[in-house]
Amino acid sequence: MALTENRKENGTETAAVPPRGRTVRRLTSPDAASRSKGGQRFMLLGLILASVYSLFPVYWLMIAATKDRVGLYQSNGLWFSGWHLWDNLQQVFTYEDGIFLRWTANSFLYAGVGSLGGTLIALATGYGLARFDFPGRGAVFACVVGSFLIPIALLTLPLYLLFSAIGLVDTPWAMLIPCLINPFSVYLAKVYTEATIPFELLEAARIDGAGELRIFFSIVLRMMTTGGATVFLLAFVNTWNAFFLPLTVLRGEENWTLNLGLYNWTGKRLESGIDVTSLVLTGALLSIIPMAIMMVAMRRYWRTGVTLGALK
Amino acid sequence: MIRSQRWKGAAFTVPFQLGFVFLYLLPIGYAVYQSLFLEKQSGLGLGGATTEFVGLDNYSKGLTDSAFMTSILRVVLFACVQIPFMLLISLLLALFLDAVTAKAAGRFRILLLVPYMIPGVVAAVVWVNLYSPEVGPLTPLGELFGFDWNFFAPSMVWPAIGNLLTWHGIGYNMVIIYAALQGVPRELFEAARLDGASELRIALSIKIPFVRGALVLTALLSIIQMLQIFNEPALFRNVTPETVSDSFTPIMIIYNQAFNAANYHYAAALSVLLALILGVASFLFYRLTSREAD
Repeated sequence: MALTENRKENGTETAAVPPRGRTVRRLTSPDAASRSKGGQRFMLLGLILASVYSLFPVYWLMIAATKDRVGLYQSNGLWFSGWHLWDNLQQVFTYEDGIFLRWTANSFLYAGVGSLGGTLIALATGYGLARFDFPGRGAVFACVVGSFLIPIALLTLPLYLLFSAIGLVDTPWAMLIPCLINPFSVYLAKVYTEATIPFELLEAARIDGAGELRIFFSIVLRMMTTGGATVFLLAFVNTWNAFFLPLTVLRGEENWTLNLGLYNWTGKRLESGIDVTSLVLTGALLSIIPMAIMMVAMRRYWRTGVTLGALK
Repeated sequence: MIRSQRWKGAAFTVPFQLGFVFLYLLPIGYAVYQSLFLEKQSGLGLGGATTEFVGLDNYSKGLTDSAFMTSILRVVLFACVQIPFMLLISLLLALFLDAVTAKAAGRFRILLLVPYMIPGVVAAVVWVNLYSPEVGPLTPLGELFGFDWNFFAPSMVWPAIGNLLTWHGIGYNMVIIYAALQGVPRELFEAARLDGASELRIALSIKIPFVRGALVLTALLSIIQMLQIFNEPALFRNVTPETVSDSFTPIMIIYNQAFNAANYHYAAALSVLLALILGVASFLFYRLTSREAD
């Protein structure tokens, strides 16, 4: 198990040296310098092709969002024809009394508030699991890991019945409450606690007479900023991307998320013959923007978070 | 650790435990309970429905339900093609990233991660339109090269969804594998080079064995996701219901049984069955891959 040990160290290191801790970069260049030029070119070519494949749909989407309906159907998909982006934006935001804005606000509400609450609960749980030894600790952790295997359908359908029995279906609560409990966040929080909170520090605080709650709120949470940010980001992305849960528990369109709205718009053409393709495409482009901003702003957090969480 | 501290530590996990009971254990228990009943219309259906205990009937019905079993087989076969393909590309790209200069690696890594930043439903929306013969550039592009393809035809719909999933998943898997590659002690390469090993040989005999763990993990996550695939086919169904039926994947069947056929008890039994299949598949895969490692 030397491999896991090694990885563990590597992960801990990257997590513990927060901001500029891109230690992963080290040492690659001396290797590369000793390579043949042909090999390097071949690999760069492979990476360029893969990047073109990755970016081309986004490029097409950006172009398509600038076209009117005629341009969309008749012009070359890979290049501009006319500049109608502002018209399209105006249409997206005014269609059906601006329901798109409502969906955007809902997505932000569910993903923002739900993830914030979920992150706080996850950090407390992760800290409890990582730094205390209490009876039943193993069982709680087994629940966390075991729940990765539970299919969404098995949870979502009974939740729907449960929520409809207590009158929560079709209210924001039906989306917010499930976000509060996120086993993957707990798992990540535990891994982060192990990497950043030394036992000695807790002992020292206890000797100084600090209570457990005070230790958690003023020491642990403060030291867990990086880990907490990653947990929050991943939970946010998860909720923003959610589809099966909102599809099941939200009925009226005033409570829908962006995803649900876009899904509904794509079906409009078959259902009622109204072609809203340019609305769908412009809306799709808009719905990517908040994700892109989040990801770029928190690049250094989420990269270590994703890899650390996955490798442990 | 002092006794009172242990209990205070346990207290930190109480909100999670309560929520877990309410949002996980209770629903699962409820689903299992519900799966043992069946709603029966009395007489001509005029006297209203009664709920009867039927034991494991729903399960035996599910196991012999050809639509459900076909959907599982369909998804499993598809997984056997798409997952190895996607992981092979991810591994290759991770090896390339590991071998080029650090500066180039940083840049390409961001570019290759762009699809991962896009929500699954939005990615499906974009690709459905790319495939569309009316607005998408892929149909004219095919004509240019003499292909007359229709991505919404029955024979093309899985390759079309497979391409979408591959496009969406490469970046994430690559990052995981790449991070594992960074953990290989660099001295190993120097030693191998001194012994005259080629770069290809080093990749095959040192790097790939070293990232086994990451490959197993990414494969396991992909299998779990694939057996539950719903978003992408649902979106395809929105534009081409002739090709993508409402019983295309297991979750689509479960959703339809619950909400369109209002056959909740049967849907519950099917979701329990799916959970069992998922558990068995993950366990088998894990056993198979970890035994090889010994």
